[in-house]
Amino acid sequence: MNCDLKEICKDIRCDIMTTIGHLGVGHIGGCLSVVEVLAVLYFQEMNIDPKQPKMPGRDRLICSKGHAGPAVYATLANRGYFDKAELLTLNQGGTHLPSHCDMNLTTGIDMTTGSLGQGFSCAVGVALGSKLEQDGATIYTIIGDGESQEGQIWEAAMFAAAKGLDNLIAFTDYNKLQIDGPVAQVNDVAPLAEKWAAFGWNVIDVEDGNDVELVSEAVKHAKLGLGGGKPTMVILNTKKGCGVKWIEDLGAGNHNCNISEEQAKAAIAEIRGEA
Amino acid sequence: MEMRAVYAQCLAEMMEQDKHVCVLDADLSKASGTRNLYERFPRQMFDCGVAEQNMASIAAGLSSYGFKPWIESFTPFATRRICDQIAISISYAKSNVKIVGTDPGISAELNGGTHMSLEDIGVVRSIPGIVIFEPVDEVQLRAAMPVLGAYQGPVYMRLFRKVQPVVFPEDYQFDLFKADTLREGKDLSIFVSGMFTKDCLDLAETMKAEGVDAEVINVHTIKPIDRETVIASARKTGAVLTVENHNVIGGLHSAVVEALAREKVPVVAFGVQDRFGEVGKTPYLRKAMGLTQEDLLAKAREALSLK
Repeated sequence: MNCDLKEICKDIRCDIMTTIGHLGVGHIGGCLSVVEVLAVLYFQEMNIDPKQPKMPGRDRLICSKGHAGPAVYATLANRGYFDKAELLTLNQGGTHLPSHCDMNLTTGIDMTTGSLGQGFSCAVGVALGSKLEQDGATIYTIIGDGESQEGQIWEAAMFAAAKGLDNLIAFTDYNKLQIDGPVAQVNDVAPLAEKWAAFGWNVIDVEDGNDVELVSEAVKHAKLGLGGGKPTMVILNTKKGCGVKWIEDLGAGNHNCNISEEQAKAAIAEIRGEA
Repeated sequence: MEMRAVYAQCLAEMMEQDKHVCVLDADLSKASGTRNLYERFPRQMFDCGVAEQNMASIAAGLSSYGFKPWIESFTPFATRRICDQIAISISYAKSNVKIVGTDPGISAELNGGTHMSLEDIGVVRSIPGIVIFEPVDEVQLRAAMPVLGAYQGPVYMRLFRKVQPVVFPEDYQFDLFKADTLREGKDLSIFVSGMFTKDCLDLAETMKAEGVDAEVINVHTIKPIDRETVIASARKTGAVLTVENHNVIGGLHSAVVEALAREKVPVVAFGVQDRFGEVGKTPYLRKAMGLTQEDLLAKAREALSLK
């Protein structure tokens, strides 16, 4: 697609703020930190068709950190999977947009995630399925850094490398914060790059995972590894709450926090550079 | 024939016919009887190693891609160990995954208490959306396998691995959601699943000599339970005995009692009395856990005495 990724990131961020601002509470921090990778995948790299969300052989994204659902929904709405008005139904009773991703409720969502660690294994299963079908799809998945404390992540990492799932590109949203505080203090996952390499993965370390050009380059680089015998992990050094100063400043407190519609409007102005 | 041999044979037939049928192991394919299928179906058999959580969620991922995975392990590792993966990756996500737990209850024998799952039905039964099936013999298993394979959605099968006495006739017609009345009677309803079924038929013969006409019904599908058959039989006989190789909490007894909650019928439980298992051979374990044929007779008499 020919598009301005920076503008798209702004649109997605603004829609996240509108969505969660309308509700008054949500997983803001971890939604804002993954915007760039979502924009690059959905607007540049993935072989998808919003008019045919179940298109055979399509590329798939499994957002294993399922609490970033609102960020994925904002991306899908911007990409044309459904009307943006639907974003305002987030977490309302009977909605198609629940807090965590649900493949049976939301158009464009290919896996149910939210119980941390499981979505990553599911993505490995999907990558295995694509290999068996020989349909040429690329399977993308995003995990959290706190999520990387789950043992299941490393079970799946071992399996994916052992089975040579070189159609799988994973991202770690390494924003260094989790609910109880800094990841390094709670239960450090560092050094991540070395861990993934030791598990037999290609590793690409992106210095700033909120710089959309760097993310774009990294994904292109990762795609060079497709078919090379190994899965690839792209570590995105990101900022939790990226794009809105006061949310960034909340630190670990921005994982799931309150926000008024006024605050959301001010945040949107800040994102648009109008503040 | 060993139950696992029949199981493996049926899987092989399904894999032969449908390349989307696949089997995932967690380092127990030998125990499950499927090891020799790896050579024959290299693109349909996957060993995940000792990583049951990963196995369950990978199966869900494969299901989302149109595959029909079967995952297998010993009952404790196929259920309580991966309870959340069964709940979320499999059932909540409406994945078409078949879960097979082998060596149920006391049949874990020499693996002992750590491997003796007496709560697996309770664990799985409390998760919405999963069918729970426990075959009695090779005839029933053979009849059930294609039905389970064709069923769209998760099923937990509790599989005794070794040879079991055959109680079903060769022309047996299997209905996944219908309990099988093996012997009609008017004085006592015996609802049984799995390995004690033959014992219940023997019990009915013993009681016949005492003038008691017992009805024996195999409840092979514990969830959803065949309420119609259970209630009709209980109303007819006025006394119920449930018989299971499981804790009396959470399994068949609980399911039957729930079905009969509005009926004025006494229900007595033959099963493991809320304790962990231990190591030993079946005769020892049956004695240690109050599961002998004599215990069964005593429980039946107790049920009758409550009428």
